[in-house]
Amino acid sequence: MRLDQLPLRKPAHVALIDWSAMQPAEARRLRELGFDEGVKIEALHQGPVGRDPIACRVGRMTIALRRAQAAAISVEPADA
Amino acid sequence: MNPAPLVALVGNPNAGKSALFNALTGARQKVGNYPGVTVERKSGRLALPDGRPVELVDLPGTYSLDPVSPDEAVTRDVVMGTQAGERLPAALVIVVDASNLDNHLRFTLQLIALGLPIVVALNMVDMAERDGLKIDPGALSRELGVPVVPTVAVRKRGIEELKAALGALVGDGATTIRPSREVPSDIAALQRRARAISVAATIEEHGARRWMHWADSIALHPVLGPILLAALMFLMFQAVFSWAQAPMDLIDAGKTALGGAVEAALPAGFLRTLLVSGVIEGVGAVVVFLPQILILFFFILLLEASGYMVRAAFLMDRLMAGVGLSGRAFIPLLSSFACAIPGIMATRTIDDPKDRLTTILIAPLMTCSARLPVYTVIIGAFIPARDVWLGIGLQGLVLFGLYLVGIVTAMLAALVLRRTVARGTHSGFLMELPKYQWPSGRDIALGLWTRAIIFLRRAGTIILSVSLALCVLLNLPKAPPGQNQLEYSIAGRIASAIDVVVRPIGFNHEMSVAIIPAMAAREVAVSALAQVYSIDGEGEAADRALGSRLHGRWPLPTALAFLMWFAFAPQCMSTIAVMRRETNGWKWPLFALGYLFTLAWLAAGATFWTATALGL
Repeated sequence: MRLDQLPLRKPAHVALIDWSAMQPAEARRLRELGFDEGVKIEALHQGPVGRDPIACRVGRMTIALRRAQAAAISVEPADA
Repeated sequence: MNPAPLVALVGNPNAGKSALFNALTGARQKVGNYPGVTVERKSGRLALPDGRPVELVDLPGTYSLDPVSPDEAVTRDVVMGTQAGERLPAALVIVVDASNLDNHLRFTLQLIALGLPIVVALNMVDMAERDGLKIDPGALSRELGVPVVPTVAVRKRGIEELKAALGALVGDGATTIRPSREVPSDIAALQRRARAISVAATIEEHGARRWMHWADSIALHPVLGPILLAALMFLMFQAVFSWAQAPMDLIDAGKTALGGAVEAALPAGFLRTLLVSGVIEGVGAVVVFLPQILILFFFILLLEASGYMVRAAFLMDRLMAGVGLSGRAFIPLLSSFACAIPGIMATRTIDDPKDRLTTILIAPLMTCSARLPVYTVIIGAFIPARDVWLGIGLQGLVLFGLYLVGIVTAMLAALVLRRTVARGTHSGFLMELPKYQWPSGRDIALGLWTRAIIFLRRAGTIILSVSLALCVLLNLPKAPPGQNQLEYSIAGRIASAIDVVVRPIGFNHEMSVAIIPAMAAREVAVSALAQVYSIDGEGEAADRALGSRLHGRWPLPTALAFLMWFAFAPQCMSTIAVMRRETNGWKWPLFALGYLFTLAWLAAGATFWTATALGL
């Protein structure tokens, strides 16, 4: 499942990030903000227009990113 | 004598660095610029426990030593000792957020690899504890191999201990170690080490940030969030106008009293004219707006320090994306309502160069506080003060309309610019939402103090000299009896040349005179009009109320055209200068001058012609 399809408040972890789909600077910033394969992630909020951007909890930080960017991130929802 | 050793304060964004800087240096701060770039250099003095002085410099927050923006490049260059105009720091204070060690330690590890003397300020330990997180500073210090001091900068806790630790590091400041050029840059590897250290130093971890979840579920709610944002914006602009009234009246009364006293004390003559209408009236007409500017900055500082500003950017992102910008542009544009200069400087946080350029070019369209004096005077004189509906006055409505005209035009301009001169790929939006924090009154007060000083310095230099120059140009050469002084003066003759251009859009000769010095700063237009209308015959002792004088002399369409002119015209040299610095050349500031003056002329013209046709 892609991060932009992940339902809100459903804990998951990052399965795969398609780094090649991003600009190098964007990819680095994403890493700096704690995105990496294997980290826990949870979508928390969505923007008022077009449900964009998405705010998600990554590690101990809350990060906002656009749906288009989230589409490059594959997630694996935790079993619950 | 050796200068005081330099200590640099570094850390991730949102680690509480500015609060720690304020706690360490108090009001002894200096704001300057690094040569060649417009990154602010904030420095201050502090005394170590044994009395030795140290210069502390606050470096822009960054996530790593690989810069994305010009701000971050300065941080890297200073700690590597390659920044022009800056000494190599004798030591670094690294600020980390105790509740976000995983992420902040990664940058710390990179900095430790430089080999400079380092102390880590484990900041916001109180917030971490509120989150159910307990960190052992001793264990963290052992893992990192550098001293660690727990602090709560906003409550001034741990500050003395931090100073003591710093004292042990700095020595006499003479021996400085060259930083290592070999800095690890594999983020994934650094992250793994950071995570391991963070786990080793954490004693206890439970619970989550319930409070933040609760706050964000309102602030970022798809319906409540925008309502809250609109309410905050409304409150902000309401406050600018209503709270500022009393102090403004006070300053105005002081100015009039001072003018009267000088008039009574000095014999009539050129010196008295220069003092009264040049210095007191000219500078006074601008200083009157200090309360409004401070109230606006108060809100902006508050929204920033509390962590709400990024939420506003989040809510606005999609709308901004519609015109080719990102939510990041919201913060600079909101600041531009106070003044385009800090607004344009705030665009440095926008990574995408085309995004940033567009934001810089449209920032002057946001109604800055310097336009308020002009709007207030003209609206007061020409728009009747009557209720339209339920206590909403017509004057306020016109003012609101002028703000709206600026915003709508800015959005349309962005749309056009992004498809023409600033074409490029659509950038993303990637931002950390910081923890909510109750801003410390001290930090807000210090921020306001700095702004007030900058504003008053401007009033004392640029505005004073322009006001004096205009006073001279208006009064020289002396007209022979029977001739009109304004027409005869140098200013009058220059204005005659401008008349050719602005006559078609309904401007009269006096307005041409007023818009020349207003190039230095828009608010000068008010004092210029006051000077122009006080010299032609009535004498200084005559009624000082500018509004009532204008009312008798300008037809309504002319007044409306003048308002529209000021909504668009780039009448501010400082803004143009900042644009030049930020875009590294004259191309874009000249472009902005061209497109904004064209817009101003067309909008003022359209207003004048329409109003005349309607028989207003």
